Amino acid sequence: MAEQRKLTCISCPIGCQLTVDLDDDGNILNIEGNSCPRGPIYAKNEVTNPKRVVTSTVRVNNSLVHPVVSVRTVDAVPKDKIYEVMDLIRQLHVDLPVKIGDVLIANIADTGTDLIATRSYE
Amino acid sequence: MKNYDLVIIGGGPAGLAAAVKAYDLGMQNILLAERDDCLGGILNQCIHNGFGLHHFKTELTGPEYAGRYIEMLEERHIDYMLKTMVMDLAPDKTLTLMNSEYGLFSLKPKAVILAMGCRERPRGALNMPGDRPSGIFTAGTAQRLLNIDGFMPGREVVILGSGDIGLIMARRMTLEGAKVKLVAEINSFSAGLKRNIVQCLDDFNIPLYFNTTISRVVGKDRVEGVYLSKADEYFRVIPDTEVFVSCDTVLLSVGLIPENELSRKAHVKMAHQTRGPIVDNTYMTGVPGIFACGNVLHVHDLVDNVSEEAEEAAKNAVAFIEKGAWKAVLKIRQEADCKVQEGAGVSYTLPQVLNFEALEDLTRINFRVKKLYEGASIKVHFDDQEISSRKMRVMAPGAMQAVYLKKEDLDEHRPQTITVSIEEGEED
Repeated sequence: MAEQRKLTCISCPIGCQLTVDLDDDGNILNIEGNSCPRGPIYAKNEVTNPKRVVTSTVRVNNSLVHPVVSVRTVDAVPKDKIYEVMDLIRQLHVDLPVKIGDVLIANIADTGTDLIATRSYE
Repeated sequence: MKNYDLVIIGGGPAGLAAAVKAYDLGMQNILLAERDDCLGGILNQCIHNGFGLHHFKTELTGPEYAGRYIEMLEERHIDYMLKTMVMDLAPDKTLTLMNSEYGLFSLKPKAVILAMGCRERPRGALNMPGDRPSGIFTAGTAQRLLNIDGFMPGREVVILGSGDIGLIMARRMTLEGAKVKLVAEINSFSAGLKRNIVQCLDDFNIPLYFNTTISRVVGKDRVEGVYLSKADEYFRVIPDTEVFVSCDTVLLSVGLIPENELSRKAHVKMAHQTRGPIVDNTYMTGVPGIFACGNVLHVHDLVDNVSEEAEEAAKNAVAFIEKGAWKAVLKIRQEADCKVQEGAGVSYTLPQVLNFEALEDLTRINFRVKKLYEGASIKVHFDDQEISSRKMRVMAPGAMQAVYLKKEDLDEHRPQTITVSIEEGEED
């Protein structure tokens, strides 16, 4: 066996300790330690293409009461794209009203997922 | 002023879930009182994801989780008052409230649910030596400044304490361009969830130092840096271990304290372990008709558990109102049917007493362990007799644990004390 990696699953707050066995080419041979089906999916992504949901806030143009509105990417984006996503979020200014789920940037940074608002403001 | 059968104090996750559940069980005469200018409580500033995996079977951010409950509340046309402060709660459940619309007014409901949440331990509670410059925030204050008010609290950050909010803020400040230098934790383990250490610290190469504390703050107007020192197992600073780290901001994530000023005014008996009310398996406190749930009762690590607990409290509050009085009047401590107590390795259990006349098929006993255990077993004793033993791979203080007791077992044994303890496993 080429490599054994120990991971903490972040799919839920239980935080299972996963052990992933890899061969010389980086192919997964075995995954252990998970207590639900999300574990192997997380482990596979984590050793091939680790992803995270990005959450932040964007500036609001037309309100003194609510200077920022919270946002997130709908799905997780590749870890190496996080700072690119953050740059786009920082440049974005929106006008109220905004509703939960409104798409603010579609296909952000070519990740295939959208940036949406997570709070409604009139 | 209309009178209400049920008044819920606090419009955060606990209060919202309690209101919706009570309504769905047929209680329509409900008032939810909230002191802030919006519902949702602390969830509004918790813009990160990870909420609702258990309760809604999907991963939400804090504002989205709150948004779902606020929508349910609006759909049911449940009365709520914002910017309304409950000034006093008497043992007979008379509430004194104040807002700008009605001025000072009182209500006398048949039942009250305490859902006031908790607040952060501030610097003053830490006896942290050194200067008193600006730039020292609790992690939650920094979170509000950044996520609600849109201000960046600082550029070079040292975080004291590894509670979840501190870990979350380490990532948040990093993403916003700050340099988070390190997290110092006085214990030998983290109080936060493991997933937060992975995705908030490890992902960004932020070091976490255990057995380490701030021994001195330096700075005239603004923080200029801190001295870090090693600490022993009794949290005493070890001399000559001091290291200087420059920074302009210190965030404190050193624990949460249930906010029980009103509970005390109502003569609700408190547990020193949780700093919240002593409750029985119906979530009723020592004062008949006053129930408690959420972080005012004990500090939770998951909002999903808060919602579940609030629904239980609401269900029992509705039963209390409908029956006029609880069938078995509350018996706290001395007169209780049964005490639930923490044994070796356990820091608290909740509920602390059982009322045998209000047993469900399964009674959930929540508890926290005192330190990190690997391969240890959870033991439950009815008086001196061991009833169950379950081996656990890992148990950490940051993650609440639970055991479930069967009604038939409790009915059969009728124990006077139930003890939950941890027995260390043998080496594999």
